Amino acid sequence: MSEPRKWDTRKTDYLERMSGAAPYIGKGKVVAAPDTTKVLEAAIRPFDRVNIEGNNQKQADFLAECLKKCDTHRVHDLHMVQSAVPLAVHLDLFEVGIARKLDFAFGGPQAGRVAQFINEGKLQLGAIHTYLELFARYFIDLTPRVSLVCAYEGDASGNLYTGFNTEDTPAIVEATKFRQGIVIAQVNKLVEKVSRVDIPGEWVDVVVESPKPFFLEPLFTRDPALITDTQVLMAMMAIDGIYAEYGIKSLNHGIGFNTAAIELLLPTYGEERNLKGKICTEWALNPHPTLIPAIETGWVETIHSFGGELGMQRYCEARGDVFFLGPDGTMRSNRAFSQTAGHYAIDMFIGGTLQIDKYGNSSTATANRVAGFGGAPNMGCDAKGRRHCTEAWLKCGAEFVSQSEYLGIMPRGKRLVVQMVETFGEKMAPAFVDKLDAWQLAKNANLPLPPVMIYADDLTHIITEEGIAYLLKCRGLEERMAAIRGVAGFTDIGLSAKPEETRALREKGIIRTVDDLGIDTGRANRSLLAAKNMYELVEWSGGLYDPPVRFRNW
Amino acid sequence: MRKKLNELNFEFKVQNPKDFPAEFLHYGVVGSGDMEIIMEKKPLGGAVKVKVLTPVIGFEEVWRRVLNRFVNDTGIANASIEINDCNATPVVGSLRLRQALSELKEVGNVQ
Repeated sequence: MSEPRKWDTRKTDYLERMSGAAPYIGKGKVVAAPDTTKVLEAAIRPFDRVNIEGNNQKQADFLAECLKKCDTHRVHDLHMVQSAVPLAVHLDLFEVGIARKLDFAFGGPQAGRVAQFINEGKLQLGAIHTYLELFARYFIDLTPRVSLVCAYEGDASGNLYTGFNTEDTPAIVEATKFRQGIVIAQVNKLVEKVSRVDIPGEWVDVVVESPKPFFLEPLFTRDPALITDTQVLMAMMAIDGIYAEYGIKSLNHGIGFNTAAIELLLPTYGEERNLKGKICTEWALNPHPTLIPAIETGWVETIHSFGGELGMQRYCEARGDVFFLGPDGTMRSNRAFSQTAGHYAIDMFIGGTLQIDKYGNSSTATANRVAGFGGAPNMGCDAKGRRHCTEAWLKCGAEFVSQSEYLGIMPRGKRLVVQMVETFGEKMAPAFVDKLDAWQLAKNANLPLPPVMIYADDLTHIITEEGIAYLLKCRGLEERMAAIRGVAGFTDIGLSAKPEETRALREKGIIRTVDDLGIDTGRANRSLLAAKNMYELVEWSGGLYDPPVRFRNW
Repeated sequence: MRKKLNELNFEFKVQNPKDFPAEFLHYGVVGSGDMEIIMEKKPLGGAVKVKVLTPVIGFEEVWRRVLNRFVNDTGIANASIEINDCNATPVVGSLRLRQALSELKEVGNVQ
């Protein structure tokens, strides 16, 4: 007779590891900072799947540094499963052999090293995901064995207060702990009683007070002083040709100056168009400082945030009717929920990109950087599972002429997915290209597919300084390509447009130029911005917004 | 040391030209990524002469197309245009020309 199968090997393994760590654990679950590396050496085994919390905002940077100090005989060949690798130490782990494989969503400043390490064989890439996609895999085939997370406060029983920057923590901790994994938290402050329990103590094994507060990147802060007249022009076009045209109530704005300009035009240009209450009332959005004037003038009803933005905490707390606050009065962001909201519950995603190809595929990938796209593709796509209706979603679906090729006479709605680009970007790089640099990157970094941020079949509109292409109204690829050429300006793609073809598309309403939209270019200048610099944003906020030092130029 | 600027010269002529409606027009500033435009009425036998001073090399053809479209869209004639460019993209170039045009519209007689 064979030995009966054991059904609790994960739990036995967990207890073994924790007993190795026990000598370093003091009162309750508290470990002193200098002992952290010893605890990690006891808790982590070679080839483990390990998560270091970090996204485009907060970073468990102290725990990452401690992991790097581990004895490579004890800890090696780890499979890192984590949202982002923006810190140098994340890649150092691969340099020294502690980590071997990476599944992630966003590379940020280390994107060049990711590509280089893949080439040199130091890093084996699993896949580049969106945030939500990676979280999903935490519950299927990429469950972390050990997770290193960060919080503002922790107590001796392991309760964590993640507050304004809750972000990815709940998704990571739940996936790890409920598969008998180990959760280790760095906290800015060890306290008697946490301000609010964001993560229950039972789900946390170790709490370490870090020598320094965790690193936080103000990724979504845009200085209005850097917005150009061209961006103001395109913002006017977007408001008239898209927002008002479709009655966009719920939305997400990507990072960038184009959408910052739209935010700052709502209280001025939007107001004079009498659009308040008709557009931009509900948002899945980080607390963008450039949205302050629109909030203050009553445009915005609600905002749910993926993460917290440095300097915006006090402002958000003082605007409790708009942001999601806990009973303690502080905000809680949550990336998993906000991405879900952005995928299923918004009328429109609008953002920028580096390149759009002649078919309408767009990517921010360059030939030598494996950057990933974070959350953009979750929102920059049509959510095929969506069933609820809004006015904008129905109108977009009704205009999407190719739909009938699959559905017959069956009506269906569609998310608006809008790319907003100037035809030439920095250093005169054309935004419209024959072939995306993503193809070269796929070759250089040995990726199975060119990394595409938004696929052409999801893209419904392109806005350039030349005009808006209503791609959803095009029949077939040939007509879509002609519409793209028609707004591509003086790029090679734009110069290949046939004037008579572009004219016909204008007559059909597939292309609308600045003149077709009836916009007065003479008004397209910075004086239309509700705030022209950081100081004016602070003034709008009544002194509640506290910009990071590098944005303080007064 | 100052980098030497490149001088580009163009001449355009359109059918059914309209005389340049003002004696003199100045628009824009030579800030980084921007440009200034100086337009003057001149008897050039119906032509428009454009001089571009730019630090950028290799975009003569793009400038020619940007300017050609501007002259064709407005139908202006008998004008001398000087552009002092400071790394403006064609996007900014087109916008500034359009904006200069909209100032002309306010003056009166260009359609």
